[in-house]
Amino acid sequence: MAAADRRGPGGWLGRTSDKNVHQWERAASVAAGAALSGLALWRRGWTGVALALAGGDLLWRGLSGNCWCYRLLGVNTARTGAGRRAVMRHRESIKVEHSVTVDRPVEELYRYWRRLEHLPRFMEHLVSVHELDGHRSRWVAKAPAGRTVEWEAEIISERENELIGWRSLPGSEVATAGSVRFAPATGGRGAVVAVSLAYDPPAGPLGAAVARLLGEEPARQVADDLRRFKQVIETGEIATNEQVLSEAGAP
Amino acid sequence: MKALRWYGRNNVRVESVPDPGIVNPHDAIVRVTSTAICGSDLHIYDGYIPSMQAGDILGHEFMGEIVEVGPEVRSLRPGDRVVVPFTISCGACFFCKNELWSLCDNTNPNAWMAEQTYGYSPAGLFGYSHAFGGYAGGQAEYVRVPFADVGPLKVPAGIPDDRLLFLTDIFPTGYMAAENAGIRPGDTVAVWGCGPVGQFAIKSAWMFGAGRVIAIDRVAERLRLAEQEGRAESINFETNRDVTGQLKQMTGGRGPDCCIDAVGMEAHGGSSLDAMYDRVKQAVRMESDRAHVLREAIQSCRKGGTVSLAGVYGGFIDKMPMGAAFNKGLTLRMGQTHVPRFLKPLLRRIEEGEIDPSFVITHRLPLDEAPAAYRMFREKDDGCIKVVLTP
Ligand SMILES: NC(=O)c1ccc[n+]([C@@H]2O[C@H](COP(=O)([O-])OP(=O)(O)OC[C@H]3O[C@@H](n4cnc5c(N)ncnc54)[C@H](O)[C@@H]3O)[C@@H](O)[C@H]2O)c1
Ligand SMILES: [Zn+2]
Ligand SMILES: [Zn+2]
Repeated sequence: MAAADRRGPGGWLGRTSDKNVHQWERAASVAAGAALSGLALWRRGWTGVALALAGGDLLWRGLSGNCWCYRLLGVNTARTGAGRRAVMRHRESIKVEHSVTVDRPVEELYRYWRRLEHLPRFMEHLVSVHELDGHRSRWVAKAPAGRTVEWEAEIISERENELIGWRSLPGSEVATAGSVRFAPATGGRGAVVAVSLAYDPPAGPLGAAVARLLGEEPARQVADDLRRFKQVIETGEIATNEQVLSEAGAP
Repeated sequence: MKALRWYGRNNVRVESVPDPGIVNPHDAIVRVTSTAICGSDLHIYDGYIPSMQAGDILGHEFMGEIVEVGPEVRSLRPGDRVVVPFTISCGACFFCKNELWSLCDNTNPNAWMAEQTYGYSPAGLFGYSHAFGGYAGGQAEYVRVPFADVGPLKVPAGIPDDRLLFLTDIFPTGYMAAENAGIRPGDTVAVWGCGPVGQFAIKSAWMFGAGRVIAIDRVAERLRLAEQEGRAESINFETNRDVTGQLKQMTGGRGPDCCIDAVGMEAHGGSSLDAMYDRVKQAVRMESDRAHVLREAIQSCRKGGTVSLAGVYGGFIDKMPMGAAFNKGLTLRMGQTHVPRFLKPLLRRIEEGEIDPSFVITHRLPLDEAPAAYRMFREKDDGCIKVVLTP
């Protein structure tokens, strides 16, 4: 995926503030709204009603700086570029849940996931996971400014083809827990994979790094991770619009 | 390589960019021998498709020769001649398995963008904005084609590009529009828009057994082509403002059984009230699409009939005559074309001489002249109906 797509182009960003209509457009909206409302006074019947409605919409948008149509399209012409703030506040635990339907039997999905070393292939914030024995593993994750954070985790619950749960070992620098559930989808249409992830950032500089582990939009990060999991399982590759192989290899 | 890049509203340039290479194991690289400009490209050119970025390579109708394949490609080899569907499909997800190729779950790397607007993401498309994947398009010398075993169809030597190129989009699109229209033998089919998509919808309507086809546009040479090549009756909506009334009259007071919208989000509506309303709202970006034709088709359709949309809509429209659609019990069908579903059957019709799709081509130009070609196609100058570019 091109770097620009990760940040997101101006038009379709997820974050919305109260005002998403640029100043000049607000002025134009007020003008157009007033004109339509004025015109409505001259027309009667449905014509007048339609014009008055459009005029009213425009007036409201111009005066409030808020457009529902932009909101749904993810358009924000008010934002000037800088000024996007991190979504994660320090010292609040991050918890994200998401699920995806994959067109394969639960057994296959469970088997793939149980090899925790597979996780970094589709979980973007992970650098590596090494299984130390049947239950303990060492995790390395990307932190801001090119650094990494590490912790050891153990599998705390495991039901074949149904559930895997893990958490960091007591005393780790990073307190984290996660679980994944597998269930057959209705009508024999593959399986539903439901993931729950939590990070509890400690105080101090490490806390900020942990708070950013899943990026500025943790829910989207996990949704994208699961989408990549589905792609790897169903197609054997991860969709990308890169034009040439990057140095890091295939996405 | 050379490629046509988008820089903003009505601003495209041919520039030199790095050649693409194999990135994923199911990729192939295609050397483009012919590529076309589509009405869908005009929506981008006119600035109505969000999530474009300066420098994006446009184009989704292209064919050519395979020059390189990834390690997992099984059915194609360098030297093979292929047509490439504009939709990118993985072949393995629920949607692909159900032949809903343009709704593939796995080919949009920017699915999150489309999910914001549509709830769920359709397939990635070549050269059609970042919300549809941000893939580089086919108005270029080379294209990286993902999942090369799934979409592209090997085509025989001996049939010229001109007859095969439109399998990539507009022939299947017109055909699917006719299929979606639910045409039964003897039905009267009305087609709004006599651009290339409309022309193929008209031809296809006959293939489904239409008893009569009525074509609507205002561009003289397009109406003429619909009459001569498409054997359609015609309505010029500029000289005949009341299209719904005219259709009613022409169909003995009943209305067309099937209505096809081959115009989409940039419909012209002259001075009709709803069109004025759309123009104002689209200008200040409160409504993304101008839906004059969609409203007119719903209004004109006979009771219990079908309205089929091939014309592209991107966002939101106002003043949908939902009451007419509901109380007349209409069926509405629509969507980006599931191109791979139609490739083989339509290739057969071409091979058997039943149709020569090159009838829509009015201009053949080198890729270098693409910016002028966009202008000409947009303005419909010089009788322009369809432009084919050669890299
Ligand atoms: N569904 C798909 O997968 C798919 C694929 C390709 C193209 N398309 C869409 O199909 C549409 C047509 O494509 P095209 O290449 O033929 O484009 P085009 O721009 O060449 O043709 C559009 C035609 O519509 C006519 N028109 C405008 N307003 C009209 C009105 N009020 N009544 C009747 N006709 C009117 C124009 O004069 C023009 O001839 C576009 O929206 C395009 O995006 C959809
Ligand atoms: Zn097209
Ligand atoms: Zn698919």
